[in-house]
Amino acid sequence: MKLRHLMLATAAVAALTGSAQAENVLKWGANRDIGSLDPYSFGDSFTINVLNHVYEGLVRYNKDLKIEPALATSWEILDDQITWRFKLREGVTFHNGNPFTAQDVVASLTRVSHETSPLKGNLPAYVSSAVVDDYTVDITLNGTYPLLLNDLTNIHIFDEEWMTQNDALMPTDVGAGTEGYATYNANGTGPFIVESRQPDAKTVFVANADWWDEPQHNLDRIELTPVNSAATRVAALLSGEISFTNDAPVQDLPRLAAAPNVEVLEGVDLRTVMIGFPFRETLTTGAPNPFVQKSVREALYKAIDLDLIHQKVMRGKSRTAGATVAPPIPGYTEALDALPGHDPEASKALLAEAGVPEGLEFEFNCLSDGLVNEEQFCQAIASMWSRIGLSPKLDVAPRAVQSPKRTNGKTDVYTLGWATLPLLDSYSPLLQIFHSKDGNAGVFNWGGWSYPELDALIDAAGSELDLEARLDLQTEALQMVKDEMIMIPLHQQPMAWAVTEEVADMPLFPDAKPRLWFARMGSGS
Amino acid sequence: MIAFLLKRTANAAFVMLAVALLAFVIFRFFGDPVEMMVNEQATLQDRIDLRERLGLNDGFVTQYTRFVTNAVQGDFGISYRNQQDVMVLIKERFPATFELVLVATVISLVVGIPAGVITAVYRDSRLANMLQLGSIIGVSLPSFVVGILLILAFSVSLGWLPAFGRGDTVDIGWWSTGLLTASGRAALVLPAISLSTFQVTLVMRLVRAEMLETLRADYIKFARARGVPTARVQWRHALRNCLMPVITLTGMQIGNLIAFALVTETVFQWPGMGMLFIQAVTFVDLPVMAAYLLIVSFIFVALNTLVDITYAWVDPRLRDDSARGNG
Repeated sequence: MKLRHLMLATAAVAALTGSAQAENVLKWGANRDIGSLDPYSFGDSFTINVLNHVYEGLVRYNKDLKIEPALATSWEILDDQITWRFKLREGVTFHNGNPFTAQDVVASLTRVSHETSPLKGNLPAYVSSAVVDDYTVDITLNGTYPLLLNDLTNIHIFDEEWMTQNDALMPTDVGAGTEGYATYNANGTGPFIVESRQPDAKTVFVANADWWDEPQHNLDRIELTPVNSAATRVAALLSGEISFTNDAPVQDLPRLAAAPNVEVLEGVDLRTVMIGFPFRETLTTGAPNPFVQKSVREALYKAIDLDLIHQKVMRGKSRTAGATVAPPIPGYTEALDALPGHDPEASKALLAEAGVPEGLEFEFNCLSDGLVNEEQFCQAIASMWSRIGLSPKLDVAPRAVQSPKRTNGKTDVYTLGWATLPLLDSYSPLLQIFHSKDGNAGVFNWGGWSYPELDALIDAAGSELDLEARLDLQTEALQMVKDEMIMIPLHQQPMAWAVTEEVADMPLFPDAKPRLWFARMGSGS
Repeated sequence: MIAFLLKRTANAAFVMLAVALLAFVIFRFFGDPVEMMVNEQATLQDRIDLRERLGLNDGFVTQYTRFVTNAVQGDFGISYRNQQDVMVLIKERFPATFELVLVATVISLVVGIPAGVITAVYRDSRLANMLQLGSIIGVSLPSFVVGILLILAFSVSLGWLPAFGRGDTVDIGWWSTGLLTASGRAALVLPAISLSTFQVTLVMRLVRAEMLETLRADYIKFARARGVPTARVQWRHALRNCLMPVITLTGMQIGNLIAFALVTETVFQWPGMGMLFIQAVTFVDLPVMAAYLLIVSFIFVALNTLVDITYAWVDPRLRDDSARGNG
C-alpha cells in the first residue's frame, strides 16, 4: 500500500513537471522566504507584498503607484467627516468560489485590528466597521484622517465564511502559542491562487482564471523559491534555474549585465537614507551633548562629501538627496532637495564657534544588515568627521542588536532609511520620525527632539481632508525639518532586479515591490 | 552496569541543561524579537504590550525555568516568524538534513576508504602523492568555497546539476524524501559532495595511518609468506582490521555533519534544519533557535553516550573506573 501511494505521488509529480513546460512559468528567486501564508501574522512587508498576489485590498496601487479601485469601486466621506462609505465590487469570488460581500470586509478589518495582531498599526485611525448592505461598508475612524486609502492598499480581504469554518477569525498569537489555519492555507480574490507551499523550498502560485479584472500578465504559474545566498542566486540566474530575482547583488551587477541571457533592471529606491542626532542632555559618554545646537549639526552636515559617497561607495548608482523624502512622494518639492555643499573648513569654524572640544567622542550606530553598503558609507562618513576634529566611534552590528540601543537612547548618532511605506506619502516620515514622541506619533524619533510648531503642522496635515492643502502643510513641515537639520539626508539607495531572456516585461517599482500581475513572459518559453 | 548506565544518563542530562542555559545567555545578546515582528506603524505601546505577552519582561530565572519545563515535555512553543509549532517546523526539515548527511557519509566512506588504502599501499607513487595533495586541499578549503566552486562548474558552466533546492520530494508518512525522484537525486549531488569533502579526507587519512600500522604486523607477513595474493592481503585482511576506528569516527561525526550542514544548506538553499536556524537568527526567532540548539546538542550527547555505553559493553574494564584506580 505504501508503495502504491508512492507511485501515485511520483506520477503526480511527473504530470506536474510535464505539463509545466508548455506554460509560462515564472521562476522567482527571492532573497528569502515569506513567513507564512497569513499576511497578518508578522509585520513583514515582503510577506504582505507576495501575498498581495493572492489577497487583495479594497484599493490598490496602479502601475504609476497611484491609488485605484480594487475590491471597492467607489467611496465617499459621510457628513460626520469620520465615517467612510465604500461601495464594493459585485460579482467577485474568492478562490474557493464563495462570493465577496460586505461581511468579508468587516471580518477582515476586525481581524487585522485585533489586539493581538502585529499589524494593527497598519490601520492607525480605525475604530470600527459596519455592514450597510451586501455591497456597502462603513468604516468609522477616530477623527478626520486623510490617508485611509493609503492604509487600505495594504489590508488584505479574507473570506468570512472560510475563516469561520476553519476557526481563523482571530489572528494567530505567539504569546498564547496558538497556530492558525490561515498560516498554512490561503483563500483570496487575487490574480493568483496558492497551489502548494513547502516552507524555505518552494511556493507555487497558479493564475486565477476567474479573476474579476482583465489580466495584464500572461503568466500561468509562479514558483517562488527563496535563495538566501547571493552567490547562489546569481549562479541560478546565469544557469536559468530562476528567471527573475528582486535582489540582484550590487557587486555582481556587471557580471550579470555581461551575461547574454540576463537583463539587469536598475532603478532608484524610494528609501531615503538619513543620519539622526541625539537631542538628550548628555551623550552616552556622559559629556554634555553639543548636537542640540543647530550649528553643530550643520558642521557635521557640511563635513560630509556627498559626491564622494555617491561616486565611490555607491558606485554612482545612488541618487544624492537634499530632502528627507524621494521625488515621487507627495509633499516633495525641488526646493527641499537643495544640497548644503561640502565645506570642511566652514565645519571647523562652526564647531569652534559652538565651543565643541577637539576630539569629541560620540557613538555612531550603523547596521551590518540594513541599507545598501551601509557599513561602507558609515566608515566613509566617520572618517570625514574625523577630519574636522571629531572622534566618532563606529558601532556596526545586525539590526536585531542595534534596534534596542536605538529605541532606548543608548547610542548617539545613527542611520535610518525610510521609504514612506506603506503609505507612500510624506506624512509617514513626518508622523513617525519627526513628530515628538507621543502615542502613535514619533515612534522612530530616536533622537528625542520636540518642535511644537512642527508637531502643530503635522497634526494639522493629519486631519486635513483636502489633498492640496494637506500637501502644502507637509511641504512646509519638511522645509522646517530641513532648515533645522533635524536629520541629514544622504541619498536614495539603488535597487536592482534581474530577469532572464524568458521574461519579456517586468515593470520595476521604486517601492521595490514586485507586482507580477504586470509581468509578461516571451512567447517562446 | 546499571550504575554505569545511570551515571552516563545523568551526565548527559546535565550537559543538556548546561546547553540550554548557554543558549539562553547567548539569546540575551541577540537583541529584541519584537522590533522584527511589528511593522513600521506600530506604536510604542503596541511594542511594550507584545513584549509583555511574549514573556520577555520576566526575569532570567523565570524564563529559563519555563523554557526547560516546556522543553522536557517536547513543547518549544510556536515560531515568532512562521507562527507554526516549532517541533513541526523542525520535523519537516529534519529529513532533508538527514538525507544530506547520510549521502555525504556514504560518499566519505566509498571514496575515503579506497583512497586511504591506495595511499598506504602505493606510498610515494604519483597517484598516492596526488591523493595526499588533494586531501590537503580538501581539509583546508572551507565548505562554502567548495560549494560555490561546484555550483560554478556544474551548474553555471556545464549546466548538469541544479544550483539550489531539493528538487521534487515524495512523502512517506511524515518523512519527505528526495531520493526517489530524478530531480531530487540530482539536487542532492552537489551539496552532498560539498559536505563530504572534509569527511573524505578525514577517513582517507585515518585509513592510511591505520593501514601503515597494520601492514607492518606479523600476521600480514605470515599471510604473505603463506602465499596469499597481495591484493587479498591488503584489501581483506589488513583493511578489515583498520575499519573499527573508521566506523567509530563515522558514527561520532554524524553529529558534526548535522551541525555543519548549516553552511552547506545556506549555500545550496537546502531546506534543512540549518537553513531554518540561519533564518531564525536573522529574525531573532527565539523559540526556533532554542529548539535547534537543544536538538543538535541532544544528537551529539546521545551519540556520545551510545558510543560510551557500547565501549563499556565491549570492554568491561571501562565500566567502573573507581574500582580499578587508573584502569
